[in-house]
Amino acid sequence: MSESGDRSRREWLRHIAVSLSLGTVGNSVLSAQDAHHVHEAVEADKAAANGPYRPKALTAHEFATLQRLSDLILPADEHSPGALAAGAAEFIDFLCSASDEMKRIYTGGLGWLDEAIRRRHDGETFAGAAPGRQTALLDAIAWRESATAGMEAGVEFFEWARKMVADAFYTSAIGIRDLGYQGNRAMSEFHVPREAIDYAIKRSPFA
Amino acid sequence: MPQIISKGTVFDVVVIGSGAGGGTAVKVLTDHGINVALLEAGPMLNPARDFREHVWPYQVDHRGAGAHSELYFGRQQWGFFAAPVGYWDIPDEPYTAAPGNQFRWFRSRILGGRTNHYGRISLRFADYDFQPEDGLSDPWPVSYDEMAPWYDKAEGFIGVTGTREGLRTAPDGNFLPPIAPRVHEVLIQKSCRKLGIPCIPSRMAMLTRSINGRAACHYCGQCGRGCITASAFSSSQAMIFPAMKTGKLTVIPGAMARELATDGAGKVTAVSYVDKATRSEQQIRCRAVVVAASACESARLLLNSRSPRFPNGLANGSGVVGRYLTDSVGYTLSGNVPALAGLPRHNSDGIDGMHVYVPWWLLGDQRKNFPRGYHIELGGGFRMPQIGSFHGACAAGQGYGKKLKDGIREGYGAEVSFAGRGEMIPNRNSYCEIDARRVDAWGIPVLCFHFEWSENEINQVRHMHQTFQAIIETMGGKVNGPLPDPRTAGISVPGTIIHEAGTVRMGTDPARSALNSYCQAHEVKNLFVCDAAPFVSQPDKNVTLSIVAFAWRASEYLAEEMRKGNV
Repeated sequence: MSESGDRSRREWLRHIAVSLSLGTVGNSVLSAQDAHHVHEAVEADKAAANGPYRPKALTAHEFATLQRLSDLILPADEHSPGALAAGAAEFIDFLCSASDEMKRIYTGGLGWLDEAIRRRHDGETFAGAAPGRQTALLDAIAWRESATAGMEAGVEFFEWARKMVADAFYTSAIGIRDLGYQGNRAMSEFHVPREAIDYAIKRSPFA
Repeated sequence: MPQIISKGTVFDVVVIGSGAGGGTAVKVLTDHGINVALLEAGPMLNPARDFREHVWPYQVDHRGAGAHSELYFGRQQWGFFAAPVGYWDIPDEPYTAAPGNQFRWFRSRILGGRTNHYGRISLRFADYDFQPEDGLSDPWPVSYDEMAPWYDKAEGFIGVTGTREGLRTAPDGNFLPPIAPRVHEVLIQKSCRKLGIPCIPSRMAMLTRSINGRAACHYCGQCGRGCITASAFSSSQAMIFPAMKTGKLTVIPGAMARELATDGAGKVTAVSYVDKATRSEQQIRCRAVVVAASACESARLLLNSRSPRFPNGLANGSGVVGRYLTDSVGYTLSGNVPALAGLPRHNSDGIDGMHVYVPWWLLGDQRKNFPRGYHIELGGGFRMPQIGSFHGACAAGQGYGKKLKDGIREGYGAEVSFAGRGEMIPNRNSYCEIDARRVDAWGIPVLCFHFEWSENEINQVRHMHQTFQAIIETMGGKVNGPLPDPRTAGISVPGTIIHEAGTVRMGTDPARSALNSYCQAHEVKNLFVCDAAPFVSQPDKNVTLSIVAFAWRASEYLAEEMRKGNV
């Protein structure tokens, strides 16, 4: 990534403040790459100013359950923070707030998770259960082909949650950086790095 | 923005529709100093406001899923970030299909029409496309040699990348420099070479060099969102906006053409249209009219223009209007290529779509069990992540956690896709007609579609599958997904390739065609049709470049005929 990727949040905010005062932002002077970082900085600042996100469609308990589920689906690792930090639960809650159809999928599915844990461990909820118990339940529903019989509703819900958590994560600035997508910026000339071509050919039948 | 047009005003030409054909007519006619009024059924375009170029998904609260999660429920008509302003279903403008038939009719309702977002693949039809040697469809009333200079003009103006290859199936043109192949495209080229299949630089209407006052491409790969710098061709930006500056063009947006009015001599004297904003009936007078509303919409307008003199619709004494409807044959297959897994990251955006493609390569081959041919469009690379980008990876990988995350990262950029675009032979069961039982929100009778693929097209799609599979496997890859239903072989739903053509066809015999070789109605000398409706067949080469070339030729002819006083 370019040196601009290393600039601090503070510097980006100062940069955009200067751009705004010069009236240049509206004239698209900001490059796509700059916009990327500025967006992150502004979001971080907003989050700090407003305190924790207040769910729009889900109850506080449902939201906490979804947060935990998203963290299990795409966790933080040595490459990047995970779906929790990327706001996957916020994205899904937002969509639920504008679609009753979507909301029913999540209220129903999150309720199913709680009920499934309760059957196994009396009195517990999914969010409150020990991590080992949470993953034991996911193991029963996260592989369609080998899912535990009687867990079909859980399998259906998990497919929704997995694909939407992935959508939320990989369309966030954090997820885009995790993938290493380098585009959405202007190039004066298009070229393909020789090392990338060599990498692929060396691993192909044409080596 | 209704414009006040005095009742007495008579425009030299009214052009109906502002896409590739209408845009070309507007450009050529105003260049000749002719006074033109342009009717567009959608709103005016403002690229700075309407195009979503360079927007990251996270800059939109729903990230592109739609305000009501339309994408997740299969209700999104087109990608949120794309610029069609048009859909398969427009609530105010419905259409019907005959029982047991299926046809999806795409309309783009905005200045510039589909050219704001189209794929911009720009292929000349070949000599044998105009004069088919197999006799399965009728010859065109023009030859390749007659059209070649018009293709030169069209390419020179819109700007088309390419290289001279000397292939009969892909005639060379007036090209801008090609663009370098991406990594997966280099592998595909090697795979094709091994299989004896040509894979050459693509021919796309994006500017690898600045021409005609339009900036060179900045390679963000988002041409489908609309290009703010107009480096990707659109009729709105490259043709209509400049024409507006000449003072010779009056643009009337929100104008839904209802009917062409004729006089006792059988000439068009005015166009009746509905001003959508006020739902009021308007009429605009003219000396000539260019209908370029898109193939089926143009047929609809003629069929709805009935009078005692033209009881079957205007220019339809032959009864061919609405007939000979075709769409390209489509089939798509993707695969995963291990050699691309973990590929070093770099910016592979380039121009939207493919940098190399496969032109038809089996002309005259006697072993295949279908007539005509197809070309292959390629996909792959590190695309900007979008909602849905990893649904396939989630379904294929299953599970969760670090393994899922690692798998998605590893597989990012390792997928390749192939889309065949083939020639359909016109057949008697594929056509559109007026559905007298139903009108749209403007009171205009709607179209009813009849459509049927024949065994020709199904066999072609089976051949596409075998070819794509061979290319994927030769590069060490594995085909994704299950095999298609053997009965349909996975052939595209009619209409979904958005290449409708043939519904007001040209020909030398007025008993079997509606238009002459200049796209001029045999029966109505001041009526021209300038979209893909005049096309006698649907060659395996996307129609837009030919729409521009034919519209250019027709408009020059019209200008000359007006100058001579013949129109």
